[in-house]
Amino acid sequence: MSELVSQTVEPRAQRAVGLRCLAIVPAYNEELSVGGVVREIAAVERDFEIVVIDDGSADGTALAAQAAGATVIKLPFNLGIGGAVQTGYQFARDRGFDLAVQVDGDGQHDPGEIGRLIEPLLDGRADLVVGTRFAEGGGYRGTPARRLGIRFFAAVVSMLMRQRVTDTTSGFRAANKDAIRLFATDYPHDYPEVEATVLLSRSGLKMVEVPVVMRIRESGSSSITTLRAGYYMIKVVLALFIGLFRRYSSPLEEP
Amino acid sequence: MTPLKVSIVAAIAAVILLLVIFELIRSRRLQERYALLWLLTGLVILVLALWRGALGWLADLVGISYPPSALFVLASFFVLLLLLHYSTVISKLSEQNMILAQRLAQLEHRVTEDQPPAEVSSR
Repeated sequence: MSELVSQTVEPRAQRAVGLRCLAIVPAYNEELSVGGVVREIAAVERDFEIVVIDDGSADGTALAAQAAGATVIKLPFNLGIGGAVQTGYQFARDRGFDLAVQVDGDGQHDPGEIGRLIEPLLDGRADLVVGTRFAEGGGYRGTPARRLGIRFFAAVVSMLMRQRVTDTTSGFRAANKDAIRLFATDYPHDYPEVEATVLLSRSGLKMVEVPVVMRIRESGSSSITTLRAGYYMIKVVLALFIGLFRRYSSPLEEP
Repeated sequence: MTPLKVSIVAAIAAVILLLVIFELIRSRRLQERYALLWLLTGLVILVLALWRGALGWLADLVGISYPPSALFVLASFFVLLLLLHYSTVISKLSEQNMILAQRLAQLEHRVTEDQPPAEVSSR
């Protein structure tokens, strides 16, 4: 009887037992918010280790993160979000973590949603889970231009992946061991999210989206200003186009 | 009007340039970030080589009586632009190289000090 119960309504926390989980928090000049993010993750996900990647901040980001109890990796200079996040995945790979969740240091991602984010990984339904602002159940308000950009990439990526994708620019993601290994060795440099999604599917891994509610960022501003938006579009479109002509190996094969 | 031969040669050169850039990016020997200016150079030369009226208009505009010269002037302008771009990239690299050397020296000092290092990574 008790066996039956544990099979049908096994709580998530119980299923995650034995798995080593890591929260990767990239932060650049976010001393005001990063401490709160770390404490919040620690409060909701007690079995998670937390690593903050300080991407060459000029303020007290590293100190704030340390004070909140996180492991801190300080990059010697600003590498950009791609380099920072990849450092986190390398940390996860080298220390043998089974599962890694990216949570932005600016507080726009709600740690309370991590549980729903990692569920498809625990079920083995996906190698990467993206928290999306647009799928049913998510609520997102942003400038019209921003939404248009996000939708444009969603359409392009949906076509390339032959799978409906609604939000490719979200940085709220959870990865299993295969995806960790892939991203630790190969991760795009600037504006990495869109390319990383395509890289994943071309490497034979599976992605699913989970609707999440995002909050208004506590500090800092989006890395995408109007001036950079043009470069962003051109660079990512170019990378996606040329990516079509690349050959990818499965991350399961040792390099 | 630009002599036809000049246009054909310039167009072929531009196409070869674009193909080489494409292959370099594909084989990951050139990052997209550094390829954009090269692609723009190749595209502008290609367009002006094929659209000969535009080149004539451009030559007129800046007072060059022989249109093919305008093509070369424009090409050298882009070469200058690329060189300037490289100077900024090299400046950034040498700055980062210095920071890396300083950090490495500090770490080496900490590792080889007699007393045990202050922070031991948890394993």
